[in-house]
Amino acid sequence: MNIASFAPLAVVLPILGAALTFLLIRHSRAQRAVSISLLSLTLALECLLLASAWSSGAAAVTIGGWLPPWGIVMVVDQFSSLMLVVSSAISLAVLVYATGQGMADGDEDAPVSIFHPTYLILVAGVSNAFLSGDLFNLYVGFEILLTASYVLMTLGGTGPRIRAGVTYVVVSVVSSVLFLIAIAMVYGATGTVNMADLAIKLGELDQGTKTLLHVMLLVAFGIKAAVFPLSFWLPDSYPTAPAPVTAVFAGLLTKVGVYAMVRTETLLFPGDTLNTPLMVVALLTMVVGILGALAQSDIKRLLSFTLVSHIGYMVFGLAMSSAAGLAAAVFYVAHHITIQTSLFLVTGLIERRGGSSSVDRLGGLAKLSPMLAVLFFIPGMNLAGIPPFSGFLGKVGLLQAGVQLGTPLAYALVIGGVATSLLTLLAIARVWNRAFWRRPTDAEHPDPVLLATPGARSTGPGAKLNTVTLLPRTMVGSTLGLVALGVALTVFAGPLFGLSDRAARDMLDRTPYIQSVLGSDYPVPATPAAGGGR
Amino acid sequence: MSVNLTLLIVMGALYACGIYLILERSLTRVLLGLMLLANATNLLILATGGYAGLAPLFAKDTPAQEYNDPLPQALILTSIVISFAVTAFMLGIIYRTWVLARQDDIQDDLEDRRVAATPSFDAEDDAEVPAETSEFPLTMLGSDGRDVSNHPASRRGTAQGLGQDADQPVATLVAGGREMPAEQAAAEEKPGSLNVDPGPEGGGK
Repeated sequence: MNIASFAPLAVVLPILGAALTFLLIRHSRAQRAVSISLLSLTLALECLLLASAWSSGAAAVTIGGWLPPWGIVMVVDQFSSLMLVVSSAISLAVLVYATGQGMADGDEDAPVSIFHPTYLILVAGVSNAFLSGDLFNLYVGFEILLTASYVLMTLGGTGPRIRAGVTYVVVSVVSSVLFLIAIAMVYGATGTVNMADLAIKLGELDQGTKTLLHVMLLVAFGIKAAVFPLSFWLPDSYPTAPAPVTAVFAGLLTKVGVYAMVRTETLLFPGDTLNTPLMVVALLTMVVGILGALAQSDIKRLLSFTLVSHIGYMVFGLAMSSAAGLAAAVFYVAHHITIQTSLFLVTGLIERRGGSSSVDRLGGLAKLSPMLAVLFFIPGMNLAGIPPFSGFLGKVGLLQAGVQLGTPLAYALVIGGVATSLLTLLAIARVWNRAFWRRPTDAEHPDPVLLATPGARSTGPGAKLNTVTLLPRTMVGSTLGLVALGVALTVFAGPLFGLSDRAARDMLDRTPYIQSVLGSDYPVPATPAAGGGR
Repeated sequence: MSVNLTLLIVMGALYACGIYLILERSLTRVLLGLMLLANATNLLILATGGYAGLAPLFAKDTPAQEYNDPLPQALILTSIVISFAVTAFMLGIIYRTWVLARQDDIQDDLEDRRVAATPSFDAEDDAEVPAETSEFPLTMLGSDGRDVSNHPASRRGTAQGLGQDADQPVATLVAGGREMPAEQAAAEEKPGSLNVDPGPEGGGK
């Protein structure tokens, strides 16, 4: 019996945890123990899945005994298992961070706590989307994670969060409706929603129908992934949520959209029909996103814009549809999930320590808390792509693939990628200079907390107590863990690039995926376009 | 495969009304629009099932092509449940918006408006006289003769003058070794608070 047959547990365990924590709604300590232990268990299981996909390739699990073209299947291949491991690792870190924040703020007194059940449902939805082997189950996975995210986004029901929540919910529902319309059309055209089956049957349709279905799916996923003309909602809604929630959203939700785009491009519609528009969109996403970031003074908003901007790199890698480009994109997704989440977690700590997340109010944090400065500096430089960090390696991979492709548009994207990287460095350096490097008194509107500290430290006996509650050890520890994971991605970049390369080759080949679902002797037609062989 | 024209016309009408409604600014209408869109999509899925045949209950004598396709109906059932949950949540949000803001409209993002209103001139980067770097509380003059000093001692006066007349007595409190109006102290809690309008030099001086 293969370890891959336990894949459904990656969805079931978090849902079980959600049910348990919901029953324990009045016992916050038990809730914490249950959710952290079940999520750790899930992570351990997913590491085994990754190892199995690494050694023996793609494997499919049929659910409920219905045979593949009709029943629900879950597919574990290198890409989906890698995404599962990275996503669970960062959700665990964010969960520890959130419980640390809850303990520091005395959330024991809260009458009911819905954070844990909702959070675990979110994780289950993300795992379901990564594992799902048919389009409709992917839709269900999206809906599970979106519904959980609506609740997390509006947690507490304050004015700004409700305002942001309205935008977020309406945009998400519209994108889900588009996705559902696309599924209906796909079903009408082919009579199946199984992705392996679709991979073969969509190829037999005429070009017009194929392009229509392709565009519908890409627009639906593009809204979720926040690709440029469809990205307006993201910086508007993410920054108001609580810090751990923003962190996990930034890391995971857009990447689920990117994951779905990768599957659409490689499995369902191979070939390069829409590569040119995708490249243009990637360039615009990178450049417009980072220019938006430069205008912001609030760190959370600035990071939301860099999030949009760096989605462009992944779309760039995807649009090249060469093995090198796709491998770099897979590596970049894993890198970006980790780094963006750690930056948002650090911003949460900055807000606790400095009283604000606006760079107009912050100053002198490097002196007040050197630990915080290190925690911000490392992922910040990593995001900007400074050697030797993983951000640099991922970008070099993308640029090499672009030069290898050699078309004028690819060169434009290479130049745009370098410019975006430099502008990211500028945005991060501005935050660094203002929040960490200058004196608090130099800030435009210095926060009272920052000005009060030197006096309180030297004289008041409460100063020490104050520092402890401002930066609880669990919060700093989990952030440190994520930053260390980001550094580990740099140290182990060689094996990770090897894994991404194999994942990319298998995805472009399509045979392992299709044969794992429909049986190992199923005839797979050759990939129609030129892009696949490279 | 034959299609039901009435079903398709109803679907088109639902889509048209739904799209019109979600472009409204009133939240209740947006919600109604979303519900119409979801139901129109359900009709579309139903239409993809093709010819309406017998109920898909297995009987030995009936040939397979006489049955209706059951899968679209299963998909519709799932999508109805999901849209039901989302509608309930939206109603909750709309009620909460009403409780908080006493209006049914979509609100603007204040921080976004603030960033949009900020002029491109950045006091720190673009001023002819560089921002103060010395330890001494000198009064700094900008290129237009205005006070751009960022030392708290000189700013306190300008900050107080923003919201109300300087003559009026202002409730102050001591925070961080300096006095500040209570109003502004409260505003410090939120990033990018709005009661400090960005001045012509940017940065809210």
